[in-house]
Parts: sequence; structure tokens; C-alpha cells
Amino acid sequence: MKIVVTAQGAEMESPVDPRFGRAKYFVLVDTDTGQHQAHDNAQNLNAAQGAGIQAAQTVAQLGAETVLTGHVGPKAFATLTAANIAVHTGASGTVKEAIEQFQAGRLESAAKADVQGHW
Amino acid sequence: MRIAIASGKGGTGKTTVATNLAQMAARAGRQTAYLDCDVEEPNGHIFLKPAIEEERPIEKLVPTVDPRLCTHCGACAKICRYGAVASLPNETLIFAELCHSCGGCELVCPVDAIHEAPLTIGTLRLGRSEAIRFVEGVLNVGEAMSPPAIRAVKAAAPRADLVLLDSPPGTSCPVVETVRGCDLVLLVTEPTPFGLHDLSLAVEMVRAMRLPLGVVVNRADIGDRKVHEYCKGHRIPIMAEIPDDRAVAEAYSRGLTICDAVPGFAERIGGLLARIDEGVGR
Repeated sequence: MKIVVTAQGAEMESPVDPRFGRAKYFVLVDTDTGQHQAHDNAQNLNAAQGAGIQAAQTVAQLGAETVLTGHVGPKAFATLTAANIAVHTGASGTVKEAIEQFQAGRLESAAKADVQGHW
Repeated sequence: MRIAIASGKGGTGKTTVATNLAQMAARAGRQTAYLDCDVEEPNGHIFLKPAIEEERPIEKLVPTVDPRLCTHCGACAKICRYGAVASLPNETLIFAELCHSCGGCELVCPVDAIHEAPLTIGTLRLGRSEAIRFVEGVLNVGEAMSPPAIRAVKAAAPRADLVLLDSPPGTSCPVVETVRGCDLVLLVTEPTPFGLHDLSLAVEMVRAMRLPLGVVVNRADIGDRKVHEYCKGHRIPIMAEIPDDRAVAEAYSRGLTICDAVPGFAERIGGLLARIDEGVGR
């Protein structure tokens, strides 16, 4: 399964970035192979508007089926849902720990945005 | 002629100056129109109390995607500078509230799957107050972008000898949209450090647009003399000074124009009208 974790750095040991659209990195983890690769989100981080939407588009292009993050806003959530990507909020610790939390079933599956835009 | 009444700082007295100018000009027999371009919070109607004769929707164009034609190539999302389009593997999403109606996505779509369609974003209200032709735009709550509504207000301007445009505060897109094409921009300020700071930003904006400008100092006897020194140093005419007077605030809080409610102010506004005519060269 391909999972994107929002992160403040490019490594498995990097801390989770609680923001989705303006996360520093998206770390794509393939739980079947154990491989990971980081995608720099600098372009959306500095976007004047629409960061969540474009970030969701990026995640879809990366081929992820699931996103683990801290919080997600309404436009990002709508875009991820349209792309059939599951969203789990409340991730914390490192990227590696977030994956473990997810696999242990401890991360809530988001049925809607949990924060307003620009929170 | 078109006169915009603007300011960097909010709450300096734009609407007070604009509504009183409209009233004095109309009473002097001039064909006068008042346009409330502060579409996020129009308040000129409180003082002019117009009888509204017509209301119509304000629309902006937003793209719609025909899913039967879309090949999900992503060209539309790539061209959009505003992040309003998301191209997903099986769907293309448009976020109308972020769209600036540039039409770029429609132009680049290789399969002609995108077409622009009107979306209502507010209401245009037209009427009369005494002899003043009154126009205001009211942006719907939740709409993020006011320039399309401001353009609609300006496009609805009636033919008049004097058109007064009551601007939103600040120096960003809505203000630029309002003052564009005007013959003179009146910047209303207060003689305080805060007032001067925001005045200087507004002056830079107006000068970048190469428009003639003048300053009105409101509550002129408070604060310091820095605004006066600044105007002198930058060769900006101070076209009127309105003293700080409790009676002005009382009239304002009751929704009255100072020309009607406070003795002596009709003459001051009349003097400002004369200075405006001189400033525009007539």
C-alpha cells in the first residue's frame, strides 16, 4: 500500500508536519516494499492560495491511496476524496511512527475536513 | 469626471467625504453619481438613503468541465496561477471561489472540454438619493474576490458630470480596480503616525498608476504635523482639512451627512468641490 505522510523533512525519522497543504515534504512510503521517497512541497508551501488543492493533486499524482497528516481543510479534503484517497488525521511523532500508528489502527479516518481553510 | 475617494488606512472618512461631496454637488445642480465600490461592506446607503429602483445579479465567469470530453491531461491545472483547478486521475475539479476568471484553462484545453459559465457573486443595486444617481455593489458573504463586483459597479455608472467612487480601504487589488481610469484620486487620511504610514503606501500605489492625487486631512487638529510635511515634501496638494468635532461623530452615528447636520461643513465640502475642479483642470 502506498501511503503519503506529511513531514517536516525528507526522511523516515523526520517529524510529521501537522499541516497538509503547506507541509514541507510529502514522504511516500510503500508498505509492501518498505521503500520511501520524499517529494518537496516548497511550491505549495509558498502559494498565495489553493495550497491544499494543489497538494492533494500532487498526492494523487504520486499514486498514494492514503494520506496521514495532522489536520486537513475543506478544499484539500474534497480534492483527496474526489481522487479516492483516504485521509487519516491526528498523526504525530516521526513519519515511521505515523505509519506504525496507522497500521495499529490508531489514526482516525477523516469523514470530513477537521479544520477550516487557512487554520 | 471621475473622482475616486480612497485611503490606505480604514476608517479615515472616505464615505463621509464621498457622500457629502455627492450631496453638495447635486444640490448645486450638477449631474452627480455616487458609486459605492466598497462591495464587501458598502455603507454609503446609510447616509444617502437612496430609493432603490433596480437590483440585478453580479456575475463572474468560471470554467465548467465537460467530463465526457476531458482526457485528464492536466493542462488546465498547470496554467492556473490561482490553484483553482485540480486535475486528478479520473476527475477535474474547479474551485470557483479561487478563480480569477482569466479564461486560461479554457484556452489551453486541447479537447475543448472547458467552457466558462456565469456564477452569481453579488447584487448590484441602483437608485436615487435626491438628484444623486446611486449605485452600489454588495458582494455575497463568503465570496473571496471583490474586483469582479467592483468592475460591475463601475460598468453600471450612469452618465453624469461628476462620478464619485467610494473606494474600499487599503492598497490592494480592490482599490486598484476602483481608482483605475479616474481623473483624480482623493486620499483621506488622519494626521497621525498610523495615518501617515498608510497614506504613504496609498500615495505609492496611486503614483505607480500615474493618476493625479490630492489629500483630505480628516480630524485635522489631532495628532501631529507629519502628514502636512510629507505632502509638502512630495508636492501633494492638501485639498481640504476637516476639523475634529464631536458633532461630526454624532451626525455619523445617526446616519446623517455632516453637510446637513453640522453647521459650517457645507461650506467646507463646497470648497473641496471647487479644489477638485481646479485639480482636474476645469
